[in-house]
Amino acid sequence: MDSLSSQFYKAFVKNNRWMLYIKGLGSTLEVTLFAALLGLVLGTLACLFNMKRGRSGKRTVGSAIAYVYIDVIRGTPTMIQLLIMWNVIMAASKNKILVASLAFGINSGAYVAEIIRGGIQSVDPGQMEAGRSLGLTRIQTLKNVVLPQAFKNCFPSLMNEVITLLKETSIAGAVGLAELTHASDMVSSATYQYMMPLLGAAVMYFAVVKLMSFLFGILENKLKESDMR
Amino acid sequence: MAEEQALIRVKDLRKDFGSNHVLRGINYEIQKGQKIVLVGPSGCGKSTFLRCMNLLEVPTGGEVWLDDVQVNDPKTDINKVRQRMGMVFQHFNLFHNLTIMDNITLAPVKLGLMNREEAQEKALQLLRRVNLADKADAYPHSLSGGMQQRIAIVRSLEMNPEVMLFDEPTSALDPEMVGEVLDVMTELAEEGMTMVVVTHEMAFARQVANKVLFIDQGVIQEENAPEEFFAHPKNPRLQDFLSKVLK
Repeated sequence: MDSLSSQFYKAFVKNNRWMLYIKGLGSTLEVTLFAALLGLVLGTLACLFNMKRGRSGKRTVGSAIAYVYIDVIRGTPTMIQLLIMWNVIMAASKNKILVASLAFGINSGAYVAEIIRGGIQSVDPGQMEAGRSLGLTRIQTLKNVVLPQAFKNCFPSLMNEVITLLKETSIAGAVGLAELTHASDMVSSATYQYMMPLLGAAVMYFAVVKLMSFLFGILENKLKESDMR
Repeated sequence: MAEEQALIRVKDLRKDFGSNHVLRGINYEIQKGQKIVLVGPSGCGKSTFLRCMNLLEVPTGGEVWLDDVQVNDPKTDINKVRQRMGMVFQHFNLFHNLTIMDNITLAPVKLGLMNREEAQEKALQLLRRVNLADKADAYPHSLSGGMQQRIAIVRSLEMNPEVMLFDEPTSALDPEMVGEVLDVMTELAEEGMTMVVVTHEMAFARQVANKVLFIDQGVIQEENAPEEFFAHPKNPRLQDFLSKVLK
């Protein structure tokens, strides 16, 4: 059994292996960023359609599609969705970042849709009524009045979703994407040692999550300032 | 010459919430410039009646007309109708995320009725009338209920409505703030605005209304000019109601 310092040397220093982790972390952050943005857009749209009802009070076609999307995505494992995206839907693509971003973005969108629904439901219905009574359309009132308040209300949950997303990208190694977990795997197979590479990856994930929480906290306080109670 | 057509005509208006028949056939016509006050016990349907007029509640049956537009016809562009009918709510419903100025100018600017400068200028004029011009850049949460309600009235007036609907505008206010809101409403009435007001302020009804309507069990039980309405109520339910509220 190697000494700890020798393990450390093999895991990070030898052959410039630390570069693998850094590159892996880069891919992890790239996929997280794209997926978070896609998830926010998809989730907002899915939420609005999901909550929409026709004049008769029944779901519209768009609403039904949004409902099925949210239901199916939340009801199946992310890993299966990722494998379907890589092996079936985007089988022609070799761009792993793109495929992973799509898969995780579509996955995240379903959760974001439910978070935003909670945010919208926490806004006093009188806000929508006031907007409509002035002659504004539902969409105009949503965009200018309800959604800004809803986003503020559910901001902590949304940021939590981004953090979850970051950690979830660790399964993207399954399609060969060289993200952070995959990098630690590569090193483990080269050195036949597991502790240091896994510990290294864990520390890096943890550091990024702490940094993100810190930044989100500042943002959250900025949002509260406009409350002026 | 034929009598001038009423501004608002309500024909056999019905509204059910499930098996609860809140409105059971309301017929009424409101002439331009009239001030109508609706009173009645809680749950009698007076607020629902008001909310059916601008389709915040969709009637189960009957017709509501504004001029020659049927408000509850599915083919009618309801947003156009609502631009002509202001509404003031019990809980003010100012937009929490916007400043007072943006609260007032949002609708006319987004709907393309005025450009931003015109809208702001008009908003300032209206704010001066209610002595709140210095609050233009404040957020609603920093203002008292009375101020918020006066601003809610201004927000509706900014749209140049032909009729104003008031849904218990003073019920959520601390007693010392009721007067300042009623003053604005009285002034508005004197200027000739057509008004439909649901309220428990009997003194206001007596002073401002052309007609007072007593609504109970989903129908108009009694309608009269305020002097007669309060001095000689005929309906026994109204007599009972007035004996409770006029003490």
